[in-house]
Amino acid sequence: MNMPALKTQAATAIPVAAGELLRLPMPKPSYFKARLVPAASEFAAKLVPPLIMIGLLLVVWQILCSKPGATLPSPTKIWTEAYDLIVDPFFVAGPQDIGLGWRVLTSLQRVAIGYGLAGVIGIALGTIIGQSVWAMRGLDPIFQVLRTISPLAWLPISLAAFRDSQPSAIFVIFITAVWPIIINTAVGIRNIPQDYRNVALVLRLNPLEFFWKIMIPSAAPYIFTGLRIGIGLSWLAIVAAEMLTGGVGIGFFIWDAWNSSRLSDIIVALVYIGLVGFILDRIVALVASIITRGTSAN
Amino acid sequence: MTSYLKIDHVDKSFKRGSIETEVLKDITLGVEKGQYVSIIGHSGCGKSTLLNLVAGLLPVSAGCVLLENKEVNDPGPDRAVVFQNHSLLPWLTVYNNVAIAVNKVFGSTKSRAERHAWVMHNLELVQMGHAKDKRPSEISGGMKQRVGLARALAMEPKVLLLDEPFGALDALTRAHLQDSVMAIHSKLGNTVMMITHDVDEAVLLSDRIVMMTNGPAAAIGEVLDVPLVRPRKRLALAADPTYLKCRQRVLEFLYERHSFVEAA
Ligand SMILES: Nc1ncnc2c1ncn2[C@@H]1O[C@H](COP(=O)(O)OP(=O)(O)OP(=O)(O)O)[C@@H](O)[C@H]1O
Ligand SMILES: [Mg+2]
Repeated sequence: MNMPALKTQAATAIPVAAGELLRLPMPKPSYFKARLVPAASEFAAKLVPPLIMIGLLLVVWQILCSKPGATLPSPTKIWTEAYDLIVDPFFVAGPQDIGLGWRVLTSLQRVAIGYGLAGVIGIALGTIIGQSVWAMRGLDPIFQVLRTISPLAWLPISLAAFRDSQPSAIFVIFITAVWPIIINTAVGIRNIPQDYRNVALVLRLNPLEFFWKIMIPSAAPYIFTGLRIGIGLSWLAIVAAEMLTGGVGIGFFIWDAWNSSRLSDIIVALVYIGLVGFILDRIVALVASIITRGTSAN
Repeated sequence: MTSYLKIDHVDKSFKRGSIETEVLKDITLGVEKGQYVSIIGHSGCGKSTLLNLVAGLLPVSAGCVLLENKEVNDPGPDRAVVFQNHSLLPWLTVYNNVAIAVNKVFGSTKSRAERHAWVMHNLELVQMGHAKDKRPSEISGGMKQRVGLARALAMEPKVLLLDEPFGALDALTRAHLQDSVMAIHSKLGNTVMMITHDVDEAVLLSDRIVMMTNGPAAAIGEVLDVPLVRPRKRLALAADPTYLKCRQRVLEFLYERHSFVEAA
């Protein structure tokens, strides 16, 4: 626990750096002290509380699950039982005996295809629907109903249609992620201020220029809201879909582990799924904040 | 004789279901090349509607709008508009807000370097060259209006349409921008049609002031020529008898003969 120590050091380092800046112009070290050290301490301030909470939770879990007769494994038991899975995500020991990293990548590949399709088609459809009051009124209730259907409910239909597990899983991702993207894009397009439309009219932008230069940037905050909901749903759906369709994905791994009563492995897989989902969400949020910089502020 | 810009017996009504509201009735107005014309009238009388008709953003119900003897029926860069609320695209920098217009209008006639120079020239004209890399959210209201003006000027419009361009600004910024507009007008000789609520602004800037009666079915009540020589100096004019007389005429029109009746 040397994090707090680092923090106090940083606090005292700031005035020193400022004094230095006044006396002699040494841009590099003062830049380091003035910018990087506070950044590091801010980072530590963000990191320390969650780490402490995780530590506490692990302790509580350990206490609860080390009683005789506990149904779930304790953290130390998981550590010993699933040691290979935890320390090396990318081992290959046989066709069905591979690290969880590989499995996550397989699942991510499916998500990438399904989500990518959902993104392109969702934005395209949303743009068309958002243009027309009638399409919006007619289709919006239908979409609102369709989007509440659980991803798994689509699976039998897609299996029947595609007769193969790989495209079926991808279709389930697609159909899960596409609704929020369509709906949010359409709302974004509807909400393009008349002012921007007038600017486009005065400039005589053609439809293609209008699409790229006005519609997409103006609706971007809405589109990214849809994309962000979509990526979360995709990740939820793939795990469920893979449990049923098999293959080497992370979802099937859980199913397989359950069938052979490897509870520790399942818990490790859950941690992987959670972390990957978190990272996916953050990536989309980051892209959104870069691209929509300045758009929402007016 | 025909004017440069001619609004010829124009009526405008809005239909909503079976209800039809007549906003403008039999508007006829000629604007000569290089003239600065202000339109003044009470809120809701149809000033913006008239401007939008000239801009081509709204269709006329009857009559026609002619620019250089050609009928206007759709919007275009030859009638650039500076909107009341600046209407800059918030995702573009100041530079790109002007560049989008320049690239569209001069994409085929000017080289890339010429277009860049033209964007910068227009930004300098409104004293905004220093902020070219800022986004609209990072500059003040007055600066936004300047950029909106630069964007409109950069299209080299035949007629510049200003819809209460300084309406949302404080008095000091407003005066500053009025001076800028006067300087630009005397330098470039644009034909300008400006909507305003402000009597002093109208008299200071215009060659002619068009006073509109109250709606519904508003018409032109009176047109006043402002025979003040240019360049005009705000301070010197404050005591000028012609200035005061013009001001008086507009005030009388607005507050005596056509005082604003609160809509029932
Ligand atoms: N799209 C529309 N549909 C129906 N009525 C409209 C429409 N646009 C304007 N009007 C009506 O036309 C009248 C004139 O509106 P306009 O915006 O031209 O007024 P204005 O003189 O510009 O007012 P202000 O000075 O407040 O901007 C108003 O009574 C308004 O209700
Ligand atoms: Mg108006």
